[in-house]
Amino acid sequence: MSVSSTPASKRAVGGFGRLILTPTFGPLIVLIVFCAVFSLATKTFFAAGNLSLVVQQSVIVGTLAIGQTMIILTAGIDLANGGIAVLGTIVAGRLVAEQQNPVFSLLLALIICTSIGLASGLLVSRLMLPPFIVTLGLLGIVTAITRLTAQGGAFPVTDDLLSWPGNAFNVGDTSITYGMLVMFGLYGLVWYLLTQTAWGRHVYAIGNNREAARLVGIPVQARLLSVYTFAGLLYGIGAWLALGRIPNADPNALQNANLDSITAVVIGGTSLFGGRGSLWGTLIGTLIVSVLRNGLTLTGIDPLWQDLITGILVISAVALDQISRRKQR
Amino acid sequence: MTVETSEKLALRPKGTVVLEARGITKRYGQVTALDRADLELRAGEVLAVVGDNGAGKSTLIKVLCGAVVPDEGQVLLDGQPVHFRSPLDARKLGIETVYQDLAVAPALDIATNLFLGRELRRQGPLGTWLRLLDKGRMRREAQHEMDQLKFHLPAIDSAVEKLSGGQRQGVAVARAAIFARRLVIMDEPTAALGVRESGQVLNLIRTIRDRGLAVILISHDMPHVFEVADRIQIMRLGRRAALTSPQKHTMSEVVAIMTGAARGDDAVEANGSA
Repeated sequence: MSVSSTPASKRAVGGFGRLILTPTFGPLIVLIVFCAVFSLATKTFFAAGNLSLVVQQSVIVGTLAIGQTMIILTAGIDLANGGIAVLGTIVAGRLVAEQQNPVFSLLLALIICTSIGLASGLLVSRLMLPPFIVTLGLLGIVTAITRLTAQGGAFPVTDDLLSWPGNAFNVGDTSITYGMLVMFGLYGLVWYLLTQTAWGRHVYAIGNNREAARLVGIPVQARLLSVYTFAGLLYGIGAWLALGRIPNADPNALQNANLDSITAVVIGGTSLFGGRGSLWGTLIGTLIVSVLRNGLTLTGIDPLWQDLITGILVISAVALDQISRRKQR
Repeated sequence: MTVETSEKLALRPKGTVVLEARGITKRYGQVTALDRADLELRAGEVLAVVGDNGAGKSTLIKVLCGAVVPDEGQVLLDGQPVHFRSPLDARKLGIETVYQDLAVAPALDIATNLFLGRELRRQGPLGTWLRLLDKGRMRREAQHEMDQLKFHLPAIDSAVEKLSGGQRQGVAVARAAIFARRLVIMDEPTAALGVRESGQVLNLIRTIRDRGLAVILISHDMPHVFEVADRIQIMRLGRRAALTSPQKHTMSEVVAIMTGAARGDDAVEANGSA
C-alpha cells in the first residue's frame, strides 16, 4: 500500500481497519489457528522439516491456483488446469525418455500448455463461450490427448533439468526446494501485475462489470486472451514443478488438481463472481489445505476428516462472499 | 497514452459552435432512423435532445459518439469534418459519453474508476519498463477534480459500491468531465435515479457547463430538461422538428411538438438562450 497521502486526500480507513477489511484477513486467521492447533496437538507439526514438507506439498496446486485466480477474477473458471499440467509432464517426460534434448522437451511442454491456454482464451473472448463449458470440454480433450501420448505408460524422469525443481538446499534446518522458490516468485510476479499495473486493474474491472470495462475503452477481448494464455504458461510451469516433486510423468496424476485449485482460490476469499479477491488469499488458501492434510495425518485422525473440513471451509467462504456482496446492494 | 488532466481543456469561447451535424441520414433496412437530421452545439451550453421513442434521438447520439456510422451527412468538430468509426475515435477527439446504466466497476474505488482505461503510470523507468501505476497521483488528481466539480463523495479510495446511485452516476459524469476536451454526451443520466439523486447529477451537469464544456443531454424527463437545458432540440420522425429553449416554450408545448400535436418550426432561432 502506498502511504503517500496529501492532506487533501481523505483515506477511507486507517491502517489497522484496512488490514481487517482486506479479504485476506479471514483466511490468514484460519491458517494461523490451524497451525496453532496442530502445533499444540502434536510435537512433530511445528518442526522445520515438516513445515518445509507442507509447503512442498502445496507447490503444484499453489502454482495452478495462480492461473485459476486470474481467471476467476475475470468472472471465469478453469476446469482444465490440472489436465493441461499433466499433458505437460507427459510431453516432457516422453520426449526425454526418447533421448530428446531436455531443454527442447521442456520448452515444447511449456509451449503446448501455453497454446492450450491461448485456445481457451480465444474461445472465451472471441466466441464469448462460457468459460465453464470451454474448459470442461478442453479437460476432456486434453485428458484424451494425454493418454494417447502416454500410450498407457508412465515415464520415470531421471533428467537433471526436469527434476531440478525438486532439488533442495538448506537454510539452517529448513530444506528449501527450487520449486518452492519458483512458486513464491510467480506469486510475487503475478501480485505485481494484478495490483501495480493497469493490466491488473483491467482484469478486476472486467470481472466486476464487463460492459462498463468495454465502455471506458478497456480492450476486453485482448485482456481476457492474455489472462488465459498466461494461465496456460503457468500450468506448464506447474507441470515442471510436478516433475520435480515426483519424478514420474504419470497420466493418472493430478486428477483433482482443477478442483483443488478452485478450492484454494475460494478459501482464499476470492469471489467466484469475479472482480474481487487477492492473490495472497489464494496462497493462504493453498497453505490452509496443505496444513490441514498434513496436520490431520500427524495427529492420527482419519484423513477423511480433511475432505469434510475442506468442504465446510469452501461453503463458508462462498457464503461469506455472498453475504458481503448482498450487503453492498 | 496518458491524458494530462491539467492541460486537457481545448475550450472555445462560450457560444462558438463546437459540433455540427448536417443532414445526417441513417437507414436500417426499410426503416429510416434518421432523415436528414441536423444538430448544432455551442461551447458552454446544455443542449437537450428530446423526442418520442423512435424519433431518432438515440441514433443521432450514437452517430455523434462514434457508435454508428451514418449513411449520409456530415459531422463537423470545430468546423472540421470528422469521420468516427468507433467510440474510441470520438473519444480521442475529446468527446466523452455517459450512459444511463451506471457504467462503473463497483468493487473498485472511486479514484480507480475515474482513471479506468486511462491509468497514469510512474515517470521514468518504473513506469516505462515496469508499467508501475502512479496510484498516489491518480488519487490526488481524482480528489482535486472532485473538489473542482464541487461533488461531495466519501473518501476517494472508497469502493464505488458503497456509494448511493446518484454518487455512482456522479463518478461516471465526473470521469467524462475530466477527460472531455470538447463535449460530453449524456444519455439518460438520471433515468436510474431517485429525485434527490437526480438533483445531484443535474447540479454536476451545470457545473460542467459553467466550466465551458458543451453538453448534450438526452432525457425523457421534461422537468429535468427544463431545469438544466439552455436550448432544446425536439426530434420527430428522424429529424429536427424544432429548436427552442425553456424560455420560449412550456413543457406541454414541447410535448405537443414531440408528439406531432403542434407544428414544430425548424427555423426557431435560439440566440436568446440563457
